[in-house]
Amino acid sequence: MSDYILEMKGITKEFPGVKALTDVSFKVERGEIHCLIGENGAGKSTLMKVLSGVYPHGTYSGDIVFDGKVQTFAKISDSVKTGIAIIYQELALFPDLTVYENIFAGNEVKRGAVVNWNRTIVEAKRMLKKVKLNVNPETLIKDLGVGKQQLVEIAKALSKEVKLLILDEPTAALNENDSENLLELLRELKDQGITCIMISHKLKEVISIADKATVIRDGRTICTLDAAKGEITEGVIIKNMVGREIEDIYPKRANKKFGDTILEVRDWTAYDAPTGRNVVKNANLHVKKGEIVGIAGLMGSGRTELALSIFGNPKSYKLQGELLVEGKRRSFKHTSDAIEAGIAYVTEDRKGDGLFLLQDIKSNVTAANLQGIARGGVINQNEEVKVANEYKKSMNVKAPSVEQIVGNLSGGNQQKVSLGKWLFVGPKLLILDEPTRGIDVGAKFEIYTIMNKLIAEGMSIIMISSELGEVLGMSDRVYVMAEGKIKGELPIEQASQEKIMELATQ
Amino acid sequence: MNFFNEAKSLIKVNIREYGMYIALFVIMLTFSIMTDGLFMSSRNISNLLDMTGYTAVLAVGMTLVIVIRHIDLSVGFAAGFMGAIAAIMLSNWGVPVYITIPVILVLGVVIGMFNGVLVASVGIPAFVSSLAAMLIFRGALLMVTEKTGTIIVKNEHFNALGNGFIPSLGEVGGLSVLSLILGLVVIALYVYFEFANRRNKLKYEFEVVSGGIFAVKLVFVSAIIAYITWIIAGYNGFSWTVVIMLAVVVIYHFLTTKTVLGRHIYAVGSNPEAAHLSGISVKKITYIVFGSMGMLSALSGILFTARLQSATTTAGTLFELDAIAAAYVGGVSAAGGVGKVTGSIIGAIVMTSLTSGMNLLGVGISYQYMIRGGVLAAAVIFDVLTRKKRA
Repeated sequence: MSDYILEMKGITKEFPGVKALTDVSFKVERGEIHCLIGENGAGKSTLMKVLSGVYPHGTYSGDIVFDGKVQTFAKISDSVKTGIAIIYQELALFPDLTVYENIFAGNEVKRGAVVNWNRTIVEAKRMLKKVKLNVNPETLIKDLGVGKQQLVEIAKALSKEVKLLILDEPTAALNENDSENLLELLRELKDQGITCIMISHKLKEVISIADKATVIRDGRTICTLDAAKGEITEGVIIKNMVGREIEDIYPKRANKKFGDTILEVRDWTAYDAPTGRNVVKNANLHVKKGEIVGIAGLMGSGRTELALSIFGNPKSYKLQGELLVEGKRRSFKHTSDAIEAGIAYVTEDRKGDGLFLLQDIKSNVTAANLQGIARGGVINQNEEVKVANEYKKSMNVKAPSVEQIVGNLSGGNQQKVSLGKWLFVGPKLLILDEPTRGIDVGAKFEIYTIMNKLIAEGMSIIMISSELGEVLGMSDRVYVMAEGKIKGELPIEQASQEKIMELATQ
Repeated sequence: MNFFNEAKSLIKVNIREYGMYIALFVIMLTFSIMTDGLFMSSRNISNLLDMTGYTAVLAVGMTLVIVIRHIDLSVGFAAGFMGAIAAIMLSNWGVPVYITIPVILVLGVVIGMFNGVLVASVGIPAFVSSLAAMLIFRGALLMVTEKTGTIIVKNEHFNALGNGFIPSLGEVGGLSVLSLILGLVVIALYVYFEFANRRNKLKYEFEVVSGGIFAVKLVFVSAIIAYITWIIAGYNGFSWTVVIMLAVVVIYHFLTTKTVLGRHIYAVGSNPEAAHLSGISVKKITYIVFGSMGMLSALSGILFTARLQSATTTAGTLFELDAIAAAYVGGVSAAGGVGKVTGSIIGAIVMTSLTSGMNLLGVGISYQYMIRGGVLAAAVIFDVLTRKKRA
């Protein structure tokens, strides 16, 4: 008879318009390391949020049994009290506070309202020893590397008498050495009786550490694999991760014809200046006229960073390597230079840095090319309405008029406005970053159709996407990225879900 | 019936925009009744508008600064300092007035740009950098006026900017002729532009308001302009201050609503990251907006010095807060990206109307501050509530 520390039964969680989890069951035995695997958007994080009380009891259906009792967490602190601790990908530390202050933040060692700092430091040292972190507890967090910060997070969890430790992609930002240390630590914690759930995209890690692995796809539990039975192998995991039927919603293009190379980068490397992190490593990539090039890879693999470093470098990365546009070496000082050279970038985060949500459709459509409707710096507002109406019609934006505020439109219509804005610039190369994220199937199909029309008119497209179906359905050639590197280039005939996933999880 | 339905829906859609005008109308009406018409007398209105002048030009610049999500606390003492420099140039150095004014305006641009560099390139929060600049200008103003105390300006042309009126060219029934002509010209221009706009829209086959509404709007606005002209013509006619203020409003209104530059300013305020990704240089826009703020501070300093006919050691005290209050009363959003130059001018006039009206009624200064504070809070509350409703 197995001793389960956690049983989640029949969990269903709905958001307006989307079913994120459908009847998910998930069982974890006491004292094991259990990996949770799935594509971006499969529902792993949602499941963990249900478990930790981020989504309180009552907003989902199904039962959580932890430590033999049915739990009804109303808030995060309830789950913490019962011994569940989550460490998120974005660390929740205070960079300007010391290590010991961070370990006991929210859980201060105190008498009445007064904090006992001496005992705090003594306790902190004990916790640091447990995670084998040899630093002075008075060091500031911001002076530690990411790997050590992660250990501080774990020490913080341990200080709360944790029984179940959940780590969300703990090694995503770590180098190999730090990753190995972290995995070693998890094994030791396991020996001390702490159960651990780890979300990870790196299959090698999963294979080396997991006792069990559960695969989630499209909000459903697909299977739970057992290492003891030899089930945790790369092939089995990938097969279960991607096993989705690809629906045929991708409109076909007739007579493909590719022209000259329009964009090429050689040995392209980008460093994020403030953190010194190497976000793009020696990328080599080219795009031909009339071609849709897919860039696949998981979130955080450096896809967006690559696109931004090409598009005028708005994040001010330190760049190395060569960028050629139509065979000529270029170096863009500002996004306006890239736009002038014929490159457009449709962001993945249309609400964050794509659209002017407070402004109307027409102002958004013309924002990147006001010269196109102005003479001598003075805008012809009637011309603007005319242009906006043309795009509204050709993109099939559903809104009563072009005076509608963009913030009030649905996601799909916002994406069309965002696309219209860049088409009005008249680019030669369109970079689409997650063009269909968060929009419904109908709108997706419309966007694919528009893409094909643009290609027929002689444009080239780079499409960054986490959706394998989309990458396989639309691209002529696929690059796969992971950890800032281009891990492989596949002509579409040779590309398959399994192959891409294999490269992306290296 | 159709006519009324159309009017009703137009008012409903534009209530936020008209709110400020309605508030001004209510305030003016209330004071007129309470003072037996003294408030709307030619003399009082003329004075009121002259009093508004130096705050109003600051409010115009401040509107753009707040639209791009910054603030400039230094404008008051910057205006005082530059007014003093103008007085020194005129009185002590004997520089002619037609050289002094351009030099001071350019000095203003340079000072403003310096603020812009600190904010956009060095990355200091505008609140802090302009607070520092405020202290520096306060010191600088004291330094240049320390030896002499108040600097008297005797140049008549310069002083006319703050006290003088445009030539009257004779009078008809006690009304200044040139001012009447000016009013008529404004009405004619207004009607012409409205017709041109309508014709243009029809050419593009856009929807326009029905003929009835269009006519009512033309007559209504023309009547208001005519009424204001009539009042002002009754007391020496338009002052130079009012003419300058109108010119600033017209230029900035055109700049913000009709030009690429204006659109870029609102884009930066609405979403700086998206603006950057749209190829707009956020830095350049920040320089320009702070530069314009500096220039308008200089203009404000000139108007104030001319009005007092002297530069004093405390000139410019709290101007910045009046300008900020006027901008907020006029509907500028603290979140950035929203706000109109015309709104801020109305806001400035609302605030001076309150002062003027309460002075006429003999309301104590302690109550005056509290009432003005209440109006500022009410305006922002109205703004927040109507915004919520629409979203």
